[in-house]
Amino acid sequence: MASLLNASSSAIFGAKKELCVAPCSSMAHRSRRHASNKVLAVMAPAQSPRTPSASGSVKHAMTMTEKILARASEKSHLEPGENVWVNVDVLMTHDVCGPGTIGIFKKEFGQNAQVWDREKIVIIPDHYIFTSDERANRNVDILRDFCLEQNIKYFYDIIDLSNFKANPDYKGVCHIALAQEGHCRPGEVLLGTDSHTCNAGAFGQFATGIGNTDAGFVMGTGKLLLKVPPTLRFVLDGEMPNYLLAKDLILQIIGEITVAGATYKSMEFVGSTIQGLNMEERMTLCNMVVEAGGKNGVVPADEVTFKYLEDKTSKNFEPVYSDDNARFIQEYRIDVSKLEPLVAKPHSPDNRALARECKDVKIDRVYIGSCTGGKTEDFLAAAKVFLASGKRVKVPTFLVPATQKVWMDIYSLPVPGSGGKTCSQIFEEAGCDTPASPSCGACLGGPRDTYARMNDPQVCVSTTNRNFPGRMGHKEGQIYLASPYTAAASALSGYVTDPRDFLM
Amino acid sequence: MAAAAISATPSTVKNSFYACNNHAPFLSSCRPRLSFHHRLSSSPLTLPSLSAPKYSPIHRHCAASASSKVDASIANFHGPCYVLGDNIDTDQIIPAEYLTLVPSKPDEYEKLGSYAFIGLPSAAYSTPFIASGATKTGFPIIIAGANFGCGSSREHAPVALGAAGSRAVIAESYARIFFRNSVATGEIYPVECERVGLWKECTTGDIVTVELGENRLINHTTGKEYKLKPIGDAGPVIEAGGIFAYARKTGVVDLFVSLTDCTLSVENMIWQVKPVWYLLSKKTLGKPLTAFWEQKIHLDILLRYLKHHDNEFAVAEVFS
Repeated sequence: MASLLNASSSAIFGAKKELCVAPCSSMAHRSRRHASNKVLAVMAPAQSPRTPSASGSVKHAMTMTEKILARASEKSHLEPGENVWVNVDVLMTHDVCGPGTIGIFKKEFGQNAQVWDREKIVIIPDHYIFTSDERANRNVDILRDFCLEQNIKYFYDIIDLSNFKANPDYKGVCHIALAQEGHCRPGEVLLGTDSHTCNAGAFGQFATGIGNTDAGFVMGTGKLLLKVPPTLRFVLDGEMPNYLLAKDLILQIIGEITVAGATYKSMEFVGSTIQGLNMEERMTLCNMVVEAGGKNGVVPADEVTFKYLEDKTSKNFEPVYSDDNARFIQEYRIDVSKLEPLVAKPHSPDNRALARECKDVKIDRVYIGSCTGGKTEDFLAAAKVFLASGKRVKVPTFLVPATQKVWMDIYSLPVPGSGGKTCSQIFEEAGCDTPASPSCGACLGGPRDTYARMNDPQVCVSTTNRNFPGRMGHKEGQIYLASPYTAAASALSGYVTDPRDFLM
Repeated sequence: MAAAAISATPSTVKNSFYACNNHAPFLSSCRPRLSFHHRLSSSPLTLPSLSAPKYSPIHRHCAASASSKVDASIANFHGPCYVLGDNIDTDQIIPAEYLTLVPSKPDEYEKLGSYAFIGLPSAAYSTPFIASGATKTGFPIIIAGANFGCGSSREHAPVALGAAGSRAVIAESYARIFFRNSVATGEIYPVECERVGLWKECTTGDIVTVELGENRLINHTTGKEYKLKPIGDAGPVIEAGGIFAYARKTGVVDLFVSLTDCTLSVENMIWQVKPVWYLLSKKTLGKPLTAFWEQKIHLDILLRYLKHHDNEFAVAEVFS
């Protein structure tokens, strides 16, 4: 073990390398690199992009993202940088941006206007639900009124705030609900009024976040003008160590390319490691694409995808795949077997550090939840660490399942190797808080009375997606982003902790 | 029932529209607005109601021409600047707890403005963006580093800045969604500067002038001048007040039309017209009757028909 660490550390702290980014004349916004040492050893040197003459590329070779947008704009071929009118397959909105979107829709198209397709809009209250904040509650009412008026087919309503289980339609966190309810399908275009809409790229579709005005426009017309992004390709190979999760992979990448490294670009994830990930892990990966500035993330659809979708949708879909000689502006190769558990230190998702190097950081609390880290697989992972330890947590550990389905899984699925215990039992034995009502919860702070909101300047290890100042509530709060393994390990020790302390 | 041949020229169409439209143009230099909201009910003899379009007042002048150049005489901003560093994310611009405010409601729009930048850590930013007790900012210009507006997609962010009274951000680079939202709403100009580290040469309170037409930033306090990247196509969109206003003003979109489910019978051809909104540009108007295979053209025919025959017979042909 020591020699492995020595070998990797000397390579890790090697000289920084200038990555050559192909000049892309249509790119108005170039990423900006931090001038600091970067962990490069685990990634092969980036390849410079092939010129057409050198590779003999077919004129119509396209990346996945380009193909999806081409089909959606009814064009045979697209190049990055083109602005095209895209037909939208699904538009999603929630309680924070929905009312504003509806306001714009009505103002621009008329008070009596009808949405473009009542079956293609999915409205999911999920952000500020279990709160006494009157405006927050009113916003859900606004959604309901609109859905009734427009006869929106998919509205996951909640009325009884005191008991989420009393609301059969209510789901929870929008991105996970979209996946679980079969709204994510390969090859399609999904837009949502939320930056983590890119989560759905895990299904091999084009999914990205938009603002209220754009969404209002889509609501009326079913189309949006989009600029075709060039693609960064990430090839992840190697056997996934048993102490690593997809969260570590994406933290590795964001730390590599910085929070603006993928601005206006698509991030494509391929390789044997990716093929070995289940859908929820793929979602975690694509979920944080926006944290690198990315426009969208994609994972090619395969048997894992089709199996997941089997019982969720009966709609036909047609997956697309990058051509062999598609052009990527940058390609990164990662040997996953060489990676170690990571955290993103305050106050930026690209402030990457090895978990084991933060072991002296005393923490006040742990938060396991959100679209990024509150899915069934995330809770199973945390349970695995608690089970391996057998001890109790040393700090308050908040568990917020993303959706009702996740909540039910926590209370019903047996955890492997536990002799039939459920996650909930293991969490209880470890002294965690009782799993809370499913919603976005404190990932973004929210109204003051939000469960697990950080109202004091504390140190928190969290499975969420952002740690900018004030993200979970208090401006002086310190948030360490981590995988569920690392979060659980940290809860057990009271310090930022590498999960290998418990898993090996 | 046979339909009369449609022979009207687009200009005739425009005039008849304009006559129907109660809404006077905002400024005489603007082209007449042709948008209207037209609803067909399913009963055969119901006339379409031409309701006056609903607009929010546009605070800014509209450009004299539809060219893509920003009119230099109106795109100058002057006053104290507020200076920030790199990676200012949308949670710092408008923290999540204020997102219960709905930007399309006027009173809540104003409230959002009063909370702009309230998320900034006070240690790093000791001068508040909005003075205690005030609801508007004294800083019409914001100067920032790289990746301004990163993080969440919340449109509340550029809205808060615009509602607070800021007119432009001068930054090294922008996060994608923030940039797009700024343009779509027309709330604030997201201008890029050429110089890396410009923000380090400015101090909050410096008096600056932004000349968009000249692509220049002048810091009067330090005496330095900086080159800005041209705002380009985004300029006229923001100038007009956002994408919807721009689309109408430049005639890219003449009509937003909604129809209920109905079946149109023209020359014994029956088309199912779905309840959708269509963007019709001047180019699609004027297509001959024979070109009706695409639904978009169906609507085109229908609408031109209705414009000429809204009191007549043609409407009677529309039945559910």
